[in-house]
Amino acid sequence: MESNKTKRTNLFKRLLAMPGFRSFISALACILIGLLIGYIVLLIINPEQAGNGISTILKNFMTRNSEKLRMKSFGNTLVKTAPLILCSLSILFAYKAGLFNIGAAGQYVLGAGASLYCALALNMPWYVCLLAAVLAGALLGAISGAFKAYLNVNEVISCIMLNWISLYAVNSVLKDLCPIGYKDTFTLASRNPSAILPKLGLDGLFGNTSVTIAIPIAIIIAVYIWVILAKTKFGYEIKATGYNRNAAKYCGMREKQNIILTMVIAGALAGLASALLFLSDFSQWDINQSSIPAMGFNGIAASFLGGLHPIGAIFSSYFIQHITDGGASLDTRFYPVQIADLISAIIIYLCGFVLFIKLKMLKASGSIPQKRPDMSADIKPASENKKGGER
Amino acid sequence: MQQIMLLVQYTLVYASVLTLVALGGCYSERSGIINIGLEGIMVMGALGGALVLGHISPALPGIVIFLLTVLASMVFGMLFSLLLGVAAINFKADQTLAGTAMNMLGLALATVIVKALNIASSGGSNNSAEIAYTATREKLLLAKGTEFSMFMILTVIIIAAAYILLYKTRFGLRLMACGEHPQAANSVGISVSKMRYAGVLISGALGGIGGIVYITAGVSKANFEIGVAGFGFLALAVMIFGQWKPHKIALAALLFGVFRALANVNSGFDFLTALKLPQPVYNMLPYIISLIVLAFTSKSSHAPKAEGIPYDKSTR
Repeated sequence: MESNKTKRTNLFKRLLAMPGFRSFISALACILIGLLIGYIVLLIINPEQAGNGISTILKNFMTRNSEKLRMKSFGNTLVKTAPLILCSLSILFAYKAGLFNIGAAGQYVLGAGASLYCALALNMPWYVCLLAAVLAGALLGAISGAFKAYLNVNEVISCIMLNWISLYAVNSVLKDLCPIGYKDTFTLASRNPSAILPKLGLDGLFGNTSVTIAIPIAIIIAVYIWVILAKTKFGYEIKATGYNRNAAKYCGMREKQNIILTMVIAGALAGLASALLFLSDFSQWDINQSSIPAMGFNGIAASFLGGLHPIGAIFSSYFIQHITDGGASLDTRFYPVQIADLISAIIIYLCGFVLFIKLKMLKASGSIPQKRPDMSADIKPASENKKGGER
Repeated sequence: MQQIMLLVQYTLVYASVLTLVALGGCYSERSGIINIGLEGIMVMGALGGALVLGHISPALPGIVIFLLTVLASMVFGMLFSLLLGVAAINFKADQTLAGTAMNMLGLALATVIVKALNIASSGGSNNSAEIAYTATREKLLLAKGTEFSMFMILTVIIIAAAYILLYKTRFGLRLMACGEHPQAANSVGISVSKMRYAGVLISGALGGIGGIVYITAGVSKANFEIGVAGFGFLALAVMIFGQWKPHKIALAALLFGVFRALANVNSGFDFLTALKLPQPVYNMLPYIISLIVLAFTSKSSHAPKAEGIPYDKSTR
């Protein structure tokens, strides 16, 4: 008969053998270490306020005074979570094919430009604006994808270049769509209320006019992406291409076409992300901005923190947005608001070690598979199998 | 004529930045580590240099200010580059991910540090992310009223040194061997991880200097919320265009420098104003050019064969 102790260790080993559990534990470790370092930074800057500071970051809307304000503030965080979910989906989708879509930021920018131009200059209804943003993002993704597939240009570098090109282009296209003397574009409510996303009563629920169907859309798409990746032939081909581009080619998959298609979808997701934010009429485009919006980059944090799983991305996106908003309500007399960015950056950096942690856990579970592990579990895309000299 | 002088000055400033950072990238990649984090390294190097420039007495001789600034930038850049070294060499992490995290981290960290210092020194009233250094910056210029600075002389020295170090010394040849075929290098007794650390640290030092040159170009205060506007990535494009060779990198940087400089001084040229191109086009130009250049040069790439692949002794 087994003693209780061995039963418990067996259970623990069984848990460790589950990929979902390993992802969860490693994400938790990244978050805790990230928060710990954030707390130490707060302590260094101002020891007396540090306890207050970290709880402000963690509590976010819960620090508001009344139930009504808390709901409204919660709604604001959700409004910004929706685009973040899509950005992180964009990045994880490309990552499954072994592509690092750092261009989500630029695709997001171009999507914002397209949707706002359709809304403010052409007076289109919301669904047209949404579609325009998706197409704009997809186009930009297609460029990076084609450069990668046919010209061997590293997608990271082409994406960064396109990020800046998009920023300058969008700033100049939206230049004439601002009230005179202002640097922000018109609100949709003042110029074209038909471009605002439908609310379906969600605004009443949160007491917040910016809460729209953006949030349910984001969640539905996350589930849909999960289905594509896990259950379809296309998803399988994408993962196979990511796992070993040459092997995929030998198996008769059209790997070039798949690379471009992956980037098109990734771009479309990032384009949709910005439409969900700007068509909620929550914030306006600042035509003077000289740095690329952080949303696309935070998407990287969210996708890796979520264990590169579409459903995980929903929760990790919320978490990242939660601490970012919490950081924004830090008392600026004591602390810079960028502490939250610092924490997310540390979390991303730590995510680089996740594979190492997961491998250790896998060893601890005593079930190192003889053959290579199941692709869908701990996917390690191309970098390891990357052909030398690839650019 | 005056306009041409101005164009030459800015071209040389930006070419210096791109050369330094691209050489940094070159050393890292020659050792086998892809350094996407150059942007973050630049910001941190700029922070180190700006802290010296902002707090040192302008009464000191120019050369002392210069050396201290460069030293601080190098040290900051090298310390920050260790993040890449540890992740990529010891933990075999995804180098692209680590580099991207470093870019975000560098910007956030520099902003937090500068803001925290400003908040502390002003008692909470000043929470900007700016460091001003008007008087000390002037000391670094070779001639008042121009942009010719000691950094340009340093850049020329570094190009020569980089060439000699890479091709004419045992260290350089061993470094390159680790980027081409680490298994072979290791089998003759070269420590791949030491060489790769050396490559990453050199790239940290050069990227750091590049950062301080960038933020002192034409302005007398640095705002760390803005960062370095993608220059770390432009430098990577320069490096690829220069085929990972120091002398070609310098030439490629000059070409990119011209286009970047045009964004600053295009209004002074009659034939350019006649074209009536809007300013954003000039701002986009360096990025568009680098995309086109990459499209034509990446097909037959001379990249180090083993770059981006973590070295695993058991594969020998």
